[in-house]
Amino acid sequence: MEEAQYEIDLGTLMAFDQHHQFASPPTSREEIVKETIEQATKLVQAVADALFNLPSTEDPDGPLVKLPPPTAKLPREKPLPKPRPPTQWEVFAQQKGIQKRKKEKMAYDEQTGTWKRLHGYDRVNDDNDIPIIEAKATDEPGTDPFAERRKEKKSRVDKQEGNRLKNLKNAQKMGALPSHIQLAATALPITGTQSQPKRVSKDVLQKVAGMAATATASGGKFDKKLPGEKPLKHEKKYRKYLPAVEGSGMGAIEKQQTENVLNRLMSKNSHQILNVEKAVNMSNVKKEKHQRRQGGQSSSSGKFKANKKSFKKTSNKGHSSSSKGKSK
Amino acid sequence: MIRIKAPKNGRIKRELEKRAPKLVETGKKTLILHGTKTSSVLNSVLTEIHHLKKDNSIKYSRRNDKIRPFESGGETSLEFFSLKTDCSLFVFASHTKKRPNNLVLGRFYDHHIYDLVEVGIENFRSMGSFSYDKKLAPQLGSKPFFAFIGEAFESVDELKHLKEVLLDLFRGEVITNLNLAGLDRVYVCTALSPNRIFFSHFALRLKKSGTKVPRMELVEVGPSMDMVVRRHRQPDDSLRKEAMKMAPDSTKKKEKNVVKDDILGKLGKIYIPDQKVGSVPLANKSKGVKRERREAKVAKGDGDKATTPKKQKKEDSE
Repeated sequence: MEEAQYEIDLGTLMAFDQHHQFASPPTSREEIVKETIEQATKLVQAVADALFNLPSTEDPDGPLVKLPPPTAKLPREKPLPKPRPPTQWEVFAQQKGIQKRKKEKMAYDEQTGTWKRLHGYDRVNDDNDIPIIEAKATDEPGTDPFAERRKEKKSRVDKQEGNRLKNLKNAQKMGALPSHIQLAATALPITGTQSQPKRVSKDVLQKVAGMAATATASGGKFDKKLPGEKPLKHEKKYRKYLPAVEGSGMGAIEKQQTENVLNRLMSKNSHQILNVEKAVNMSNVKKEKHQRRQGGQSSSSGKFKANKKSFKKTSNKGHSSSSKGKSK
Repeated sequence: MIRIKAPKNGRIKRELEKRAPKLVETGKKTLILHGTKTSSVLNSVLTEIHHLKKDNSIKYSRRNDKIRPFESGGETSLEFFSLKTDCSLFVFASHTKKRPNNLVLGRFYDHHIYDLVEVGIENFRSMGSFSYDKKLAPQLGSKPFFAFIGEAFESVDELKHLKEVLLDLFRGEVITNLNLAGLDRVYVCTALSPNRIFFSHFALRLKKSGTKVPRMELVEVGPSMDMVVRRHRQPDDSLRKEAMKMAPDSTKKKEKNVVKDDILGKLGKIYIPDQKVGSVPLANKSKGVKRERREAKVAKGDGDKATTPKKQKKEDSE
């Protein structure tokens, strides 16, 4: 049993004995406990030896000792923080070689002739305290210089807010947003969903613009064009004129056109034109009569066929699903 | 439109900054909870672990049905709790027929599960069952010693993992300055077999010995139990690599007043404060001091007669 070969980690006050073996088999619980105590005492003594031999400083509570960093490496609980990227101003200052200067607490106020604080209550160069602004030659009569000053200040403040937002967005992109700040989207997109509006590509936009242009009555011919916008692919309206004289082999194009239109109209409104249920009932009734007649009389009149197409407009009493399918 | 959400209260800002990732990390917090069913043994184990780590542990008392640490879907609840309480260690107890007295010790990295060790508790003895002199009881929050006995801790993978997790659980904060008077506890783990360890907690008694180093005496206090390793899950290699990344050592102290010269080598500057030669206290009261006393007496008003003969004497001697 090598006693001196304990692995000692002073940083965590740990001692590890690799070479100890129990007198096998361990007999009873108490034996185990006793032997554990013995071994542990030796281990702890070894650590304490190393510990108490470190240079110590005296303290009212007891001797203070500077521990070395632990050798047992344990994993972190959170990822390493990323360094913050420099802000726009910091980049500029570095470029120009501008050094940071410590600001004084008080500044001399010209107006009142006293020393006032820089920010807060009763401050130096407060906008509200200016009694008179002298008119310059360039000023138009009727402009309010106080309002002008306020507007300028507001624009400066807004610009600064925008810069701050830009810096934070940049930091967020690098993954180094300060821990107490979150960037949240306030306005929802027009679709009303929580998703951000998708970035549309150039050709899609062009296509959509083209569709919007041709939706006008004149086919987008008189729309004002932006600089750089490509001319429309189809400038005129979609219109095909029939030839004045019908050539051979074409055969009644006009008739065909009108027939197409009529067919389409009828197929769309066939449920209004034809009541299928009634037609089926009528044909069934006619068949029965026909059978009865055939059973009674020998002659069968095939002349009387049921008139399928009746162009009467009957009221819609719950269209059957089949007719609906037809109308589409 | 993007809005900046910043806390308006200084207190909230400080709380958020406490939870932010830091370069050098302070102590980890532990979350103690249990699943659908616990036994009385497990209940006392949980309360005792909570006692041992009073300052930096949070104990949940309700049962949590949906938590199954080893299953892929059953850890979302745990991760949510870790996020809420900012804990990076957890102790989860559950008692089933298949795994009686089951304790899962686990760690989080970035609030996602990093690794898990499942142990069964046997032969548990609670803190109250040990009788000892109450004066020796270890203080809350004192830095503990660790003793690991048995080669199995190095050779067997599961025990190696368990050793690491136990160290993490009971280590406390990493500190540089330690007060030697405040050392009063040891955690001892003995490997009884390749899958069973005997874990116990002792109080330290420092006895006077001849040398500077006191003699250590161990008194059994605190819980003792056998831990049988059942399952364990190691982290992925890439995750482990990322978690073990240490802060770059850029905070090394600059050596002041040292210049490395090419010809002469290392040169140092020593600054000595002004020595006030006149007011330095002399070791022995020499003649000069006596003369001053004489002159002082004379100046008080003995008259000129006393001075002149003395002066003559001096002139003679010179």
